[in-house]
Amino acid sequence: MTNIPKKADILFSAYSVEPYQILKDAMKRKKEDIIQELLDSGLRGRGGAGFPTGMKWKFGAAEKADQKYVICNADEGEPGTFKDKKLLTDVPRKTISGMAICAYVTGATKGFIYLRAEYRYLLASLEKEIEVFEQKAKEFGLDFEIKIFMGAGAYVCGEETALIESMEGKRGEPRNKPPYPIQNGYLGKPTIVNNVETLASVSMVCRLGAEEYKKLGTSDQKGSKLFSISGDSPKEGVHELELGMKVSDFVTEYGDGDTKAIQVGGVAGYCIPRKKFESTIIGEGQTTGGSTLIFNSTRSMYRVLHNYLDFYAEESCGQCTPCRVGCQQLLKGIEAVKAGTKPPKYLDQLMKLSNTMNLTSKCGLGQSVTNSFTTIVENFREEMIF
Amino acid sequence: MTKTNELVKKLVEEHGVARESLLPVLQGIVKEERYLSKEAMRDVAEQLDISAAEVYGTASFFSFLDTEEKGKYIIRVCKSITCDMKGKCELVRTMEDILKIKVGQTTVGKRFSLLETNCIGLCDQGPAMLINDDYYTKLTPVKVREILGDLIRKTS
Amino acid sequence: MTNITLKIDNVDVTVEKGTSILDAAKKVDIRIPTLCHHEDLCIAGNCRICVVEQIGKHTLTASCATPAEDGMEIKTSSPKIRKARKDIMSLLVSEHNTQCTTCYRSTNCELQDLAAEYNIDNETYLSVLKPNLEIDKSSWSIEKDDSKCIRCQRCVRTCADIQGVNALAVTEKGNEMRVSTFMHLTMNEIVCTNCGQCITHCPTGALTERRYYDEIWDAIDDPDKHVVVNTAPSVRVALGEMFGYEVGTQVTGQMVTALKKMGFDAVLDTDFAADLTIIEEGHELLARLKAALVDKDPNIKLPMITSCSPGWVKFIEHMYPNHLGHLSTCKSPQQMFGAAVKTYYAEKKGIDPSKIVCVAGMPCAAKKYEANRPEMRSSGYQDIDAGLTTREIGHMIKQSGLDFKDLENGEFDSLMGESTGAGVIFGATGGVMEAALRTVYAVITGRPVPFERLNITPVRGLKGIKEAGIKFENCLPEYSWLEGVEAKVAIAHGLTNARVIMDEVAAGTSPYHFIEIMACPGGCIGGGGQPIPTTDAVRIKRTEAIYKEDMEKPIRMSHENPEITEIYEKFLKAPLGEKSHKLLHTKYRTRKRY
Repeated sequence: MTNIPKKADILFSAYSVEPYQILKDAMKRKKEDIIQELLDSGLRGRGGAGFPTGMKWKFGAAEKADQKYVICNADEGEPGTFKDKKLLTDVPRKTISGMAICAYVTGATKGFIYLRAEYRYLLASLEKEIEVFEQKAKEFGLDFEIKIFMGAGAYVCGEETALIESMEGKRGEPRNKPPYPIQNGYLGKPTIVNNVETLASVSMVCRLGAEEYKKLGTSDQKGSKLFSISGDSPKEGVHELELGMKVSDFVTEYGDGDTKAIQVGGVAGYCIPRKKFESTIIGEGQTTGGSTLIFNSTRSMYRVLHNYLDFYAEESCGQCTPCRVGCQQLLKGIEAVKAGTKPPKYLDQLMKLSNTMNLTSKCGLGQSVTNSFTTIVENFREEMIF
Repeated sequence: MTKTNELVKKLVEEHGVARESLLPVLQGIVKEERYLSKEAMRDVAEQLDISAAEVYGTASFFSFLDTEEKGKYIIRVCKSITCDMKGKCELVRTMEDILKIKVGQTTVGKRFSLLETNCIGLCDQGPAMLINDDYYTKLTPVKVREILGDLIRKTS
Repeated sequence: MTNITLKIDNVDVTVEKGTSILDAAKKVDIRIPTLCHHEDLCIAGNCRICVVEQIGKHTLTASCATPAEDGMEIKTSSPKIRKARKDIMSLLVSEHNTQCTTCYRSTNCELQDLAAEYNIDNETYLSVLKPNLEIDKSSWSIEKDDSKCIRCQRCVRTCADIQGVNALAVTEKGNEMRVSTFMHLTMNEIVCTNCGQCITHCPTGALTERRYYDEIWDAIDDPDKHVVVNTAPSVRVALGEMFGYEVGTQVTGQMVTALKKMGFDAVLDTDFAADLTIIEEGHELLARLKAALVDKDPNIKLPMITSCSPGWVKFIEHMYPNHLGHLSTCKSPQQMFGAAVKTYYAEKKGIDPSKIVCVAGMPCAAKKYEANRPEMRSSGYQDIDAGLTTREIGHMIKQSGLDFKDLENGEFDSLMGESTGAGVIFGATGGVMEAALRTVYAVITGRPVPFERLNITPVRGLKGIKEAGIKFENCLPEYSWLEGVEAKVAIAHGLTNARVIMDEVAAGTSPYHFIEIMACPGGCIGGGGQPIPTTDAVRIKRTEAIYKEDMEKPIRMSHENPEITEIYEKFLKAPLGEKSHKLLHTKYRTRKRY
């Protein structure tokens, strides 16, 4: 039976209450109540890692320090992802209000929006929005200022400790964890890093209440989620959907009728082949930043994987062995198999390698290469060889 | 004092001498001079009291902080998956033809640099590219000819 | 400090909170392989070879970079770990130049050891070694071979943490990431002190000293040449490590015999020149003190700072070019030695100085550079023709086929082979200061320094910056102006510590009269030319050997060295005299800082 994916209308238009009213209302509540509301809502980080937002804030609020920071992670670099850009363009106040609520709850007085270099054209409008916010903050008696920090072009800076390193004027290399930013972040101070969509969702949880918000989605995944849809689709763009839909339903709605596979979660995510459309729920068992790439039968999955690996080989920060060398090996390896200079069974060796990268890499970048690598090689092995 | 010296001085006054000012200062230089010259990086090192190697190490990490001289117009064609699926290669070939340079190069008169870049977040409107801070979407060879033609006329 | 208890391989381990899993494992003698880890340096956690299994966690944990936690359960050996480590080693080898047979560090290489341990082959993965990498041989001191770099960043952290120079940095990213310099300039074009600490901290052959032994063999084989070698005090307490001796074994006698058997025409002692340095530098200090305290000469720079360490000298030339006046004008012992060999020694021995090849055996990489400084030609020739590291000397001894352990003890030749305990202790941090104080105090008061058995213990040890004061009482009549004056001294080793001292000097707040600075941690015994590895445990043992040799010497104050008395009587005439000035003192130059 086919179900149309349930569209949600929360983040962009409906409930169109002025976000700063949401902030004002939130500031009348007890801090711990807001944290509880977030915990109850089941809201998880929308950047990709999926850490429960309420938990992060709870830890942030518990830290004792003379200075805390809130950082809005707008370094949206995952190929196939562009929903944060749309939020910052269409409804920036929901995100800014989310930052301010975070500041109120955790006691942070300084905030940054880390905007990726590729989105510099958003800078002017965001700066204006910040001016508006500052007026409001003054009015509400909230001691919180926001600055924009421009990224300089590095995918790995979406990883929160790499992002912080780059803000400190260093190479964007992920740190050893622990300690986490929540204890030791920007300039050594407790720092709460949240994705653009997470912060906008916080505003909406505060607006709707956890009960209402939870009605969306399934028992496993709560709320609505933005999906950046691109590739072989007549409906490319950002779509807000309830979580918990079957891939087959999704493909029926957004595919071009000839969908061969979809990639969920960007290059760091998983490739789902047609034969598994019926049995897979999007985002089940793994969190997602909401990127969905749709491939039809004209696409070479070898070329797709090659593109991913080329991307990884370039965008790995290079500091840790498994990721730096592993990415190069996977890329060269599939080229060698394709060219016939390595036998097809070399693919099995490469799968083992990607598993090692998953087990031993320092950060999520190297750890997640295996997701797309194994799902593509397993499901499209013949395309890798011939 | 050269123009670069003055620029660096001004930027450091604006952002401060702490290490966390490094990226904003370097970005400020790139905005004015399109790239980071040796002179500029040494100047920044001096002002921030860090070694020149550290400045270079940081700059070379980021794809928007060029350390080789670039043209007035820096073209960054997205090479990530969707843009690649939708015809990026043809676009690049067209631009290489028009500009008579290969990807990674800058025209002799320092007007254009042609670069490939990773995802610029315009996947739903690909193939796409950035020219300096502006974006261009749903490109075709014909559209690219027009865009470059306009810029060439503007600068000649 | 709170203690925590964890289980490693089913053994309970109690450690202080904050201790890494790696260190906790060491405590119960569980060995975990490492590459990017070095106890001198901050934690990087980037090679990933030290991964262990943390029960309850899917991914593996880098044991060097993860603090042990209460109740943690760790496995350090399991199929999952072994496979991962083998894969990581294979990856490192796949981007490595595996021509071990032609590598200087072969058999002294951490990568090679682990590759052998895990039986890595060249088939598992394709080679991703960058083609056409050229070896940078531009520096007099340091060779950089990127094809052997495993990107552990130990050199980068050494240059940053220990030396505060940051000549090397990580550049680019991803598959292009490498350890390089500002704009990939060659090593002779950058702000580098040539200290060679990057070499002794490199686990592989990516950074090595520039080797000169082929030229030395040529000279030895040339019957026309008179080849003189002098060896520094730190060489004799470390060379044994190259031949399997325990760290801290003195091998002075065997080393002398070996050098003689190898065909050097004379085997002399740099310590003689160290004693000479003390005489010149001690008098320079007294002259400066007098000019400042008695004549109130405003142009006199105090504190005076030692100039024996060529890495330190180049550091101050780059970093504090406006404060070069604080440096003693004395050449280093190596260079005093060279200048004296090609004048005094040549004259005494009746040898044409143009036929003399003067070789220095040094614990140092920067000495190679120093020998080639244009200032160092006051004999009319290049005073020192080549500087060899302890490691190169070890190699030459091996090349000559000698069984080092079987050699009998030999004696240094004369002249310029006689030395005192004061010359010997130049090798350890604080040693130059101690030697200077022994002589200066005796000159001023006519009595030995008031420390038990001349051992001025406050200036000894591995503390980064040491301070001491010594009061002059009952001075001889000609030094009555120093009566009651307390000389304040400081000692720093490692250039990060030197920077602390120099910032005070630059700010005009330095409270000292005399400062000893050595570029390398521990002083010369921890020099960039010493056997690898060097850690604090090794530094302590080499230092003990140095002080032991001092105690064994019949004469322990430089001015009592009979050969020193002789060179002043017969050749130099007086300290700071005209001849001394020409041969034994030098000038410095300002260099760019960035």
